[in-house]
Amino acid sequence: MATPKRRRKAAKPADTPVEDLLSYYREMLLIRRFEEKAGQMYGMGLIGGFCHLYIGQEAVVVGMEHAIGPDDAVITSYRDHGHMLARGMDPKGVMAELTGRSGGYSKGKGGSMHMFSIEKRFYGGNGIVGAQVPLGAGLAFAFKYREEPHVCLTYFGEGAANQGQVYESFNIASLWKLPVVFVIENNRYAMGTSIERATAGTALYRRGDAFGIPGMEVDGMDVVAVKAAGDEAVAHCRSGKGPILMEMKTYRYRGHSMSDPAKYRTRDEVQDVRARRDPIDQLRLRLIDNKDAEESVFKEIDREIKAIVAEAVEFAQNSPEPDPSELYTDVLVDA
Amino acid sequence: MAKMNMIEAIRSALDVLMDKDPNVVILGQDVGYFGGVFRCTDGLQRKYGEHRVIDAPISEGGIIGAAIGMGVNGLRPVAEIQFADYIYPGFDQIVSELARLRYRTCGEFFSPVTIRTPCGGGIRGGQTHSQSPEAIFAHISGIRTVMPSNPYDAKGLLISSIESDDPVVFFEPKRLYNGPFDGDPDKPAISWVSHPKGEVPEGYYTVPLDTAEIIKTGEELTIVTYGTLVHVAQAAADAVGVDAEIIDVRSLAPLDVKTLVDSVNKTGRCLVAHEATRFGGYGGELVARIQKECFYSLQAPIGRVAGWDTPYPHAFEWQYFPGKKRLINAINKMMEAA
Ligand SMILES: Cc1ncc(C[n+]2csc(CCOP(=O)(O)OP(=O)(O)O)c2C)c(N)n1
Ligand SMILES: [Mg+2]
Repeated sequence: MATPKRRRKAAKPADTPVEDLLSYYREMLLIRRFEEKAGQMYGMGLIGGFCHLYIGQEAVVVGMEHAIGPDDAVITSYRDHGHMLARGMDPKGVMAELTGRSGGYSKGKGGSMHMFSIEKRFYGGNGIVGAQVPLGAGLAFAFKYREEPHVCLTYFGEGAANQGQVYESFNIASLWKLPVVFVIENNRYAMGTSIERATAGTALYRRGDAFGIPGMEVDGMDVVAVKAAGDEAVAHCRSGKGPILMEMKTYRYRGHSMSDPAKYRTRDEVQDVRARRDPIDQLRLRLIDNKDAEESVFKEIDREIKAIVAEAVEFAQNSPEPDPSELYTDVLVDA
Repeated sequence: MAKMNMIEAIRSALDVLMDKDPNVVILGQDVGYFGGVFRCTDGLQRKYGEHRVIDAPISEGGIIGAAIGMGVNGLRPVAEIQFADYIYPGFDQIVSELARLRYRTCGEFFSPVTIRTPCGGGIRGGQTHSQSPEAIFAHISGIRTVMPSNPYDAKGLLISSIESDDPVVFFEPKRLYNGPFDGDPDKPAISWVSHPKGEVPEGYYTVPLDTAEIIKTGEELTIVTYGTLVHVAQAAADAVGVDAEIIDVRSLAPLDVKTLVDSVNKTGRCLVAHEATRFGGYGGELVARIQKECFYSLQAPIGRVAGWDTPYPHAFEWQYFPGKKRLINAINKMMEAA
C-alpha cells in the first residue's frame, strides 16, 4: 500500500506541447463562456430553478479530463455543467436541459443538477450533497470486477467532504482497492459557509490518511498542474494500488446558485483571485510570454467558442417543450 | 399587531423562545453567519451568539443525531434541515433514535428536538428540491408531524413544537413563505400583508398541536387539506362557487379526527387534497378515518387530489403540481355525484 503522504506536483509547462495548451485554453474558455451565457439566460427568465455556475474552477475539470480516457467514468455534484462540457458532451444538450426542453440530456425532466450521458460515461449530475461519492466507489468496483483498466473520477466539494458517507466510501474503496480518484474541489465555500467555519482540519488532502489513501494537494487554478497531478493519480489507480485523493485548491467567482446575497465574502477577495489566479488568464499569459501563440490565435478561439455557445442557446430556445406524456415515462421500466 | 410573512413569523417564534429559554439552541447549515438560505434565522446569531445559533457542516446525520443528544441532556434544540429533500441522510437517527427514545426508556429519557424543514414545490427545484415527504414521517410512531399554512399558525405552532417535550418534524411549505399562493403561477405574487393570517402578535403565543382548523365554514362540501393546497383549495372552491368548508389539518400526527368527522357528517361530501404523491400518501389515512366515521352520511365517494406518482420533474412543474384546475375538476365531479 502506498504510504499516505503529501505530494505536490510542480507544473512543468515546458513539457506540455503548445497544441495541448491551446486545447486546454479552448476547453476552459468554452466552459467560461457557456456559464456566462447560462447566467444571462437565467436573468432573462429562460432558465428556472437552480443553476450552479462553474466559473473560476475550469482548470480542474479540463486538466483532469486530459488525464483520463473516454472509457473512464466521471461522477459529480449539481455544479456539473463544466464537467459535462469537459467530457465532450454536446453544449446544445446541456443548455437545452437548463431550459427544460425535450432536446436536453434528460429531456428537460432533470434540469441543471441532473444530467447524464451513457455514451460519455458521465454519471451525473447529483443534487444531494455527498451522495455521488459512494456511487463513484461502486462504479470503480464494476471496472475492477470486469478486469477493465478504467478509473472513476469522483468529484465533490469541500463542503460535501463533511458528509459521513464520504468516509464510508473511503474505507470501502481502500479496503477493496478500487480504482477511484476522489477529487475534492475546494472552492472555499459551501453556499454561505466558508471552509474554516464548517471544517475541523482544513488540510482535506489528508482526509484519506487514516484509510491508507494517499493524498495530493494541487493548485486547481493551474490547468497544467492539474493535468500533471491527474496523470500521476490515474496511473496510481490503473496500477491496481487502490484509490487516491486529490484536493484541488480552487475558487468560485459567482454566487452559490443564482440567488446569493454574497454577504459572506468581500468583493476584494473575489477580485483578488480573479486578478492573480484566473486559470484562463494565467494560461493565456503563459502562452504569450513564451511566444507560443499570437493574439490572432486567441481571437480565432474566441470566435469559435462564441459560435458554439450561440448555437447552444439557439437550440435550447427552439427545442420544443417535452410532451406532458413524458411525465410518466422512466419511473419504472416502461411497458 | 405586526404584519409578518411566514419567514418573519418563524424567525419571531425562534427569537421569542431563545429570549425566554436559555436551553433553546439552533443548529443547521448556514443558519448563523449567513442567516439561513430562506432567511428564517437572519440576525439571531448576532443577537444570541455563536454558541446558541450554530453553523453546522453539511452532515444531516450528524446534525440530527447531535441534536438528539443535546435534547436528552437538557437542551431544547431546533435543527434546521435546509430542504426536506436533504433530510434522508438523517432519517435513521429520526426513526431509530429520536422517535423511539421515550418508549424504550419507559419515559425516563426523551429528546424534545424540533426539526424545521422547508418542503414542497413551486420554485422549479426539480426532484431534489421540491418533495413533500410528510407521509413518511407521519407514519413513524413517536414523533409529531406538523405543517402550517400561514404566518400566524407558523409562529404559534412552532412555539408549541419547541416547547413540547415530544420530538416534532415541522414542515414549512416554501411556496408560502412570501405569500398565500393560490396555485396560479402566472398571477403576480400576493404578499401576506393583506391576508388576515399575516397579522401576527410580536410576543409569545401558542397554537395548540393536535388541532385542525376550519379555515372557512361551508355546507355543501368539506375539503380536507394542509400546506400550500389550503390556499389552492380555497381558490378552486371560489371558482366553482360551491359553499365549501375548508379544513387545514396542520397537525398531521397526531391527527384531530373529530374536527374532520364533524364537518363531513355535516356536509356529506369530502375531498382530500395534498401536494405529495398519491400512492401511500397521507391522504390515504385521511380517507380511511373519514370513511369509517362518516360512512352513513356520505353522499358521494371521498375524492382525492394529489401529486402524480412520479419524481418531481423539472420541466412539468405546473402539470405536476395539483393546481386549481385539478381541484376544480374534482369538486365538480363530487358535486355531480348523487
Ligand atoms: C444532503 C444535502 N444537504 C444540503 C444540501 C444543500 N446544499 C446544496 S449545495 C451546498 C453546499 C455544498 O458545498 P460544496 O460541497 O463545497 O460544493 P460547491 O457548491 O462549493 O461546489 C449545500 C449545503 C444538499 N443539496 N444536500
Ligand atoms: Mg465548495
